[in-house]
Amino acid sequence: MPSKDKSSRSLFPITRRRFIQGVSAGTAAAVVAPEVARAQIQIDPEVAGQQRVPVRLQVNGRSYRLNIDPRTTLLEVLRNHLDLTGTKLVCDRGECGACTVLRDGQPVYACLMLALDAQRHRIETIESLSANGKLHPLQEAFVRHDALQCGFCTPGMVMACKALLYSKQDPSLDDIKEAISGNLCKCGTYPKIFRAVQDVAQLRQGR
Amino acid sequence: MAKKLTTVELNGVVSEVWVEVPENEPVAWPKEADLAVLGKPLPRVDAYEKVSGRARYTHDINLTGMLWMKILRSPYPYARILAVDTSKAEALPGVKLVLTHKDVAGFAWYGDRSQLLDTTLRSVGDEVAAVVAVNEHSAADALKLIEVEYEELPYVLEGEAALQEGAPAIHEGGNLLRGRPFVYQRGDIEQGFAEAEFIVEATFRSQCQVHACLETHCSVAQWSGDKLTVWDSSQAVHPVRESLALTLNLPVASVRVICLYSGGGFGSKLWLNKHTVLAALAARQLGHPVKITLDRSEEAHSMGNRPANVMTLKAGCKRDGTLTALWMKNIGSVGAYPAGGGTGTPLREIYRCPNVKTEDSIVHINADTARPHRAPGHVQGTWALDQVMDALAEKCSLDPLEFRLHNYSETDQVNNRPYSTKGLRDAYEQGATKFGWDERAARKRHYSTASKKRGYGMATQIWTGAGGPPGYAIIKLYHDATVAIFSGCQDIGSATRTSMVQVAAEELGLPPEKFSITMGDTQGTPYGFVSGGSRTTPSQAPAVRMAAAEVKRQLLALAAQQMNLPAARLDTRAGYVFDTRNPATRKPIAEVTAELRFGFGSGPKLQNMLIGKGWRGPNPDDVSVNSWGAQFAEVEVDTDTGEVRVLRIVAAHEFGRVVNPLTASSQIEGGVIQGIGFALYEERVLNNASGRIVNANLHDYKIPTAQDIPEIETVLINLPDARANSVGVKGLGEPPIIPTAGAIANAIYDATGVRVRQSPMTPQRVLEALEEGGRRA
Repeated sequence: MPSKDKSSRSLFPITRRRFIQGVSAGTAAAVVAPEVARAQIQIDPEVAGQQRVPVRLQVNGRSYRLNIDPRTTLLEVLRNHLDLTGTKLVCDRGECGACTVLRDGQPVYACLMLALDAQRHRIETIESLSANGKLHPLQEAFVRHDALQCGFCTPGMVMACKALLYSKQDPSLDDIKEAISGNLCKCGTYPKIFRAVQDVAQLRQGR
Repeated sequence: MAKKLTTVELNGVVSEVWVEVPENEPVAWPKEADLAVLGKPLPRVDAYEKVSGRARYTHDINLTGMLWMKILRSPYPYARILAVDTSKAEALPGVKLVLTHKDVAGFAWYGDRSQLLDTTLRSVGDEVAAVVAVNEHSAADALKLIEVEYEELPYVLEGEAALQEGAPAIHEGGNLLRGRPFVYQRGDIEQGFAEAEFIVEATFRSQCQVHACLETHCSVAQWSGDKLTVWDSSQAVHPVRESLALTLNLPVASVRVICLYSGGGFGSKLWLNKHTVLAALAARQLGHPVKITLDRSEEAHSMGNRPANVMTLKAGCKRDGTLTALWMKNIGSVGAYPAGGGTGTPLREIYRCPNVKTEDSIVHINADTARPHRAPGHVQGTWALDQVMDALAEKCSLDPLEFRLHNYSETDQVNNRPYSTKGLRDAYEQGATKFGWDERAARKRHYSTASKKRGYGMATQIWTGAGGPPGYAIIKLYHDATVAIFSGCQDIGSATRTSMVQVAAEELGLPPEKFSITMGDTQGTPYGFVSGGSRTTPSQAPAVRMAAAEVKRQLLALAAQQMNLPAARLDTRAGYVFDTRNPATRKPIAEVTAELRFGFGSGPKLQNMLIGKGWRGPNPDDVSVNSWGAQFAEVEVDTDTGEVRVLRIVAAHEFGRVVNPLTASSQIEGGVIQGIGFALYEERVLNNASGRIVNANLHDYKIPTAQDIPEIETVLINLPDARANSVGVKGLGEPPIIPTAGAIANAIYDATGVRVRQSPMTPQRVLEALEEGGRRA
């Protein structure tokens, strides 16, 4: 586990301890999510010649087992097999950041990672940040400051900013610009994102 | 009910619409009215869905048993299909269907100029065939197995070349649309130049810019018997539904089009696309839902652009700065099929000038067809025009702002009528104050070094702000005093849902959190035209208000019975019905509506809910309704590298009543940032040897990143426009992108003393201009 993921930072709803509990529960019960079951129905047995390989993924504190075409990316698995469509496909080649997820707390582009290579890592997607209508404080700051327009880049932006706040307690404007410089927005929400992240950092500092 | 013929304008095209004149339309709120919700910075009502990742965009629709479509596209800019062999593709495991021109004959496209799958291909990226397979990978694999024999034809990629004698003809009758330019003139242009004491003439070349929406075009088609449901990444669910019904010969009521969330459109998603029809046809044939998602290269090659323009401007004025003549000749290279390419509107309308002539030649080339792109024609037209205005101001030794104020037009010179409202003077004054326009000489001296030069510039913007019919809304008030709004049009990211809730909440006197709103589903909402051209809010807000007013009349009638007071004496505010003569006499709206609760056998009830219908009435016919703005830019130009850094933009805009200052400032910031993209970075580059785009991805096609963003300050001029409509709103979508590039160009000149006449104004072009002007450090 990376040292940056400290459970003492209570702002983040998924702490290390809670994450481990989630994984253990998922593994022990050998949970296959209903979404996975549905996805497997869609796999057409007549697709011969395509080798399928088993993968085991840890996503948002749950364990998943799937049989997939080995060229399937993590992004495709999230979107098309696990129905976690908050992570967006935009450029499909690591240029825009819309598919940003956290791998062991670090931001990565899910379109550049094969699902096979995501095994044995802890993957967090945008869906893990909120539950039962309750948003993460970072998401609340995005809402308060209107740091979104069409909303398509927003999940990737939130994940990139979350990773920044993992690594920096009190990021400067330049830190924020650097952190999201790999995330493109065509509507032009950047200025409001700067404000949202500064605001949430200040809240965390108790200022 | 009286009907009236009214004019509506969309992206420079004027159309006439018959509309019923509403009999009970509420009167516009006065400017000083004490409003509870309108004008307040309410966070977006759909922010939770977007920020949590739970908003379902078209990309995110995955249905059980769904198949995937991919399209084979022309690799050549101009070619004929001689033969197609699909047998290998069909034999690939997982492939369910291959469609070619032989399978889908009889669907005319672009009028009668083309077919759904045409055998003549006039642009790289034109549709050749479609494959449906069990997943996207298999469909992509199958595309490679389709064997096509092409006859390559000589092609032309540039408008000026396409007009030359002997250029390859893209359509019968040649490459010039209509065979002649679109000409506008007023006054006597020759006389105007004869009267001029200063004349400036220059040619400006603007680039082709693609929309680069983050969500590429995408459709999912599903049939249930004879009924079709299509999820489409769109700005126009109702028009797309009508086009689908027409194309597939279906009753309108049998077609449902859904787009609750759209990941950017900017004008590229205003109508029905070929891939949507192909998906619908395949889904019907296969009995499975079919999804098609365009990849980034397809998006750049085939889903439209802002066309390249070559604009030669000539302008004359008196020594005191009074304009005497404005002339422009423009060539717009709109691609393979007819599209808009004119750039003359700002020149014809914004500055006062008696003698004006514009000639727009709209030219076909063997490249993708242009589509409206946020402020079509105005972005590039203003970039050129405002540079010429600055050049004239300099000749007259006038401050650029003073020059513009000197040529301020109080009337619409094209339609010969006054403006409903014009807050441009306020935008100039408040923008200049915020920017510190008068301190710029001192700042320039203070900050400029031998190689890094500071510069300051400004530009002006006009855009039609009227909106207009047709547009409808339905509102239901439930027994627990919650409200559901069903509105035409969509929220494409411009916070339309939020604005509509604010309008209805204001009218009904209920807090916004009591409202839900549905937009973007033809099954539940009444008709609304496209969500584009800055028309959505001024078109839909009055319809929503009218529907709310009808509900309110019913509510007050109900309350009048309960409170034993005449309905005319009652009003609503903050969740209460109250007596206007004695405000202490009041009753919570929820208690008034509780009587509506229907329980079977619980006694006679009149109804279960109150329903109101509203629609957009006619536009005023004796005034022009426009949105206005001015932007001020501070830049730093590195004369060693040619790099331009935008340090600060002040954007001052007047667009009628400010419904929501929070989301309006977002929209303005976004426009400015897209304007910076046009000014400095974005350019579609074609390979002359192949006709293909060399930068059809988001790495080589540069849109502004977080690192490129200056400090942006917005100034909102709140000027409710009672003549425009009952809410006093005008459009804001396009305005903020319009003046940015012109302001930056003028700031570059102020910094360096040279003009960059090709956009985007890249380091190389800045260096070339410096070299040419002898200003290289």
